[in-house]
Amino acid sequence: MKERQSMKLYNRGMIIAGIVVFLIVATFPFWSGRGKVVPPPDLKLDTPAIQRLKEKLCVEPAPYMRANHMKLLAVWRDDVVREGKRTYTAADGRVHNISLTGTCLECHSNKKQFCDRCHDYSGAKPACWSCHIIPEEVR
Amino acid sequence: MAPTRREFLKIAGVSAIGLVLPPLPGLSAAKGDLKAQAGLNEKAHGAPLTAGRWAMVVDARKCRPGCTDCITACHLEHNVPDFGNPKDDVHWIGLEKIKHIFPAEAHPRLPESITKLPVPVLCNHCENPPCVRVCPTQATFKRADGIVMMDYHRCIGCRFCMAACPYGSRSMNYRDPRPFIRKINPAFPIRTKGVVEKCNFCEERLAQGILPACVIACKDKALAFGDLEDPRSDVRLILDKGLSLRRRPELGTGPQVYYIL
Repeated sequence: MKERQSMKLYNRGMIIAGIVVFLIVATFPFWSGRGKVVPPPDLKLDTPAIQRLKEKLCVEPAPYMRANHMKLLAVWRDDVVREGKRTYTAADGRVHNISLTGTCLECHSNKKQFCDRCHDYSGAKPACWSCHIIPEEVR
Repeated sequence: MAPTRREFLKIAGVSAIGLVLPPLPGLSAAKGDLKAQAGLNEKAHGAPLTAGRWAMVVDARKCRPGCTDCITACHLEHNVPDFGNPKDDVHWIGLEKIKHIFPAEAHPRLPESITKLPVPVLCNHCENPPCVRVCPTQATFKRADGIVMMDYHRCIGCRFCMAACPYGSRSMNYRDPRPFIRKINPAFPIRTKGVVEKCNFCEERLAQGILPACVIACKDKALAFGDLEDPRSDVRLILDKGLSLRRRPELGTGPQVYYIL
């Protein structure tokens, strides 16, 4: 029987120190953010156009819009571009022009406070604005 | 009791007047209120222009040399960038010489009045569009009224359509176009880097009941636009008069921009 050689770890200090540093860096986001609560952004709804509204109603009820605006916008996009359908009839019977710049941003003219805050908070990166115009930036 | 002949004629006469009179103002006002309540944004919008088959007739004989009104109007309307060099050039409508757009018809004995003629060229909105056939994402598609549309949301910038189009009607945004748009028209979106763009026969204006920007901009009435299936449309009235040409008809694309030279 051959005598079993004990394994030798060369550069032991450097390797163990490296592993420790790696573990600290890799787990940093988990323990540094522990217990901290980032408050969700409060959306600014007091644009002049919204203040002028008698009834402060979005296209559909606000809770629905909060949860499903992206789905609604995808339907709007396909309706206009592919079907040539340019009006949307809401559940309550009101008819709206389908237009991101014209209808959505007409009321929500504060894109930075209204769209961006929540998208930044939730890490969503919609590509709408690479083509669609933000009226406040053009004026 | 059955009405007498005299009574019957009286009732019939009064009913006939009712048919001829315009609808009561009170009733139509009520209709308007309903629309206002519905919150429809009544900014502009006449009735949308619809057609069985949209087409354009270009009477190049009427084109003034050096005039670029149609190009300016179109490119302002649709936020078409001007990169300032021919390599990156993006255009929806342009001017070309006869020998380039009608290579089979051009010959050395053509008079200078013809060879020097600037001819407007744009997307031909083909009956059988090769760009639509090759598009892998169906970003470009043909509508029922014949307009070949671009859905910029779906374009992945593969440029198959540019290779397929025999007319060079399509342009690629090799760079971000935003800084190269002189004045942004907020009523129309811009494009992004990596998408192909082209003429849309002013589909967004037709939906508002307005003729295409180039047709309106042309003071010499060189451009006519209308429904090929309507025998009294502008395009049919012109086409019925005499010979007109289409670009490269032998390719079988069925172009719907007709030229009179």
